[in-house]
Amino acid sequence: MTAGDALRTGGVVFAAAVLQAVLFSTLLVAGGAPNLLLVVIVCLGLIRGSIAGAALGFAGGLVVDLLTLDTLGVTSLVLTLAGFWAGRYGETTARGRRLAPLLAVGVITLVAALFSVVLHYMLGDEVDARQALVSSLAPELVLNLLLALPVYALLRAIVRERSALEPTGEVELVV
Amino acid sequence: MGLLVLASLLLITMSFRSGDDGPLSGVQSAGATVLRPFAVGVERVAQPFRDAYGWTDSLLNARSDAERYRAEVRELRQRAIQNEFALQENDYLRRLLRYQDSARFPGDFDPVTAEVIGRPPNAFTQAIVVAAGSRNGVRVNDPVVTAEGLVGIVTRVTRGTARIQLLTDQEAAVSAVDLGTSAEGIVLHARGTRETLVLDRVRKEDVVRVGDEIVTSGWSAAGLSSLYPKGIAIGKVTSVGQTDTDLFQQVQVDPFVDFGGLDAVIVLVPKERP
Repeated sequence: MTAGDALRTGGVVFAAAVLQAVLFSTLLVAGGAPNLLLVVIVCLGLIRGSIAGAALGFAGGLVVDLLTLDTLGVTSLVLTLAGFWAGRYGETTARGRRLAPLLAVGVITLVAALFSVVLHYMLGDEVDARQALVSSLAPELVLNLLLALPVYALLRAIVRERSALEPTGEVELVV
Repeated sequence: MGLLVLASLLLITMSFRSGDDGPLSGVQSAGATVLRPFAVGVERVAQPFRDAYGWTDSLLNARSDAERYRAEVRELRQRAIQNEFALQENDYLRRLLRYQDSARFPGDFDPVTAEVIGRPPNAFTQAIVVAAGSRNGVRVNDPVVTAEGLVGIVTRVTRGTARIQLLTDQEAAVSAVDLGTSAEGIVLHARGTRETLVLDRVRKEDVVRVGDEIVTSGWSAAGLSSLYPKGIAIGKVTSVGQTDTDLFQQVQVDPFVDFGGLDAVIVLVPKERP
């Protein structure tokens, strides 16, 4: 990864984190808000691989936690795992699949919500599971899915794919 | 990957255990100060679009709203005249008794108007971040209002920003009173809803009617006092019910404040701190 690539990718994540904290969290549609940062991290994981996905997720989460004066590390942990999983999926079964961003964003939105509920419960926060896992998650899932393909296309135009930059250790068998 | 997860867990542990006075608090404060201009910039750019959306949305309900407001104005005009008489009488009686009161709203507070610049992106905490902090005199536990009514309370402060726990947060609770009947209770967030409140702990023998206004009660006893001054509007009663098995009445309250559409709030900074 060149310095220019790193700068561009970092800039995208920073912009997504600020937009998420300031703007997207307030865009309530049917009780849920889109999670642009999660979508960006998942798409970057698919494009740049698991390690970059995890690192970008950690950084993006940290920016959000700093901006919202939340407990430091909570968003970072969720997004680190989200970026890593998306990256692993991108490195293995998602190769060449056009709908991979949709599937990854959908599944990771659901898993991230469930993980967040558990995490907040463990931290002693009052958690209304019905609110978190039904009322607000359903519209969030739909909105994230709507964002997935445009964001993925935009990020592919901004950030180069990992395979175009460096050779991967894995081999794809074509029969 | 493992290192990043470990770093996240370390941050959570340190941030959670050290609270507002720990080493991470300073780091978070510095980080928030550095990031504040970006948040304010994005908010300024987004504001016209928000206004346009709000304007379009309000057009749809304009006719019915206008009729409702006309009826309200007629009723409130009558009430204002009665209140003016009551106020004069109240002032006179207070002077006669040399009555010592707790902090009164809004006279005993300096208002600090602050722009909303952030919201946590999750459904677990109902909070906002505003562009005013300790350098504006804001401290933890300062009450926050808008022209419509009570918004919440300051829970964290940095030099240039403050985090406000909204009344719709699961952990928020405010002692309140029915303005019409003086029935007392505690306003809490209604579980399973986003912006509905309940007036809890209202005794069965107390009277609460649909349409009554609920305001903060601002109690003071044995050296302790409520964090909220009395008389701040909270909402209107939308339903009252009780069952034989429940100890208290079930009172649902529709808040006056639109918590989803907050652009700016007023932090009430006490003129005299204890």
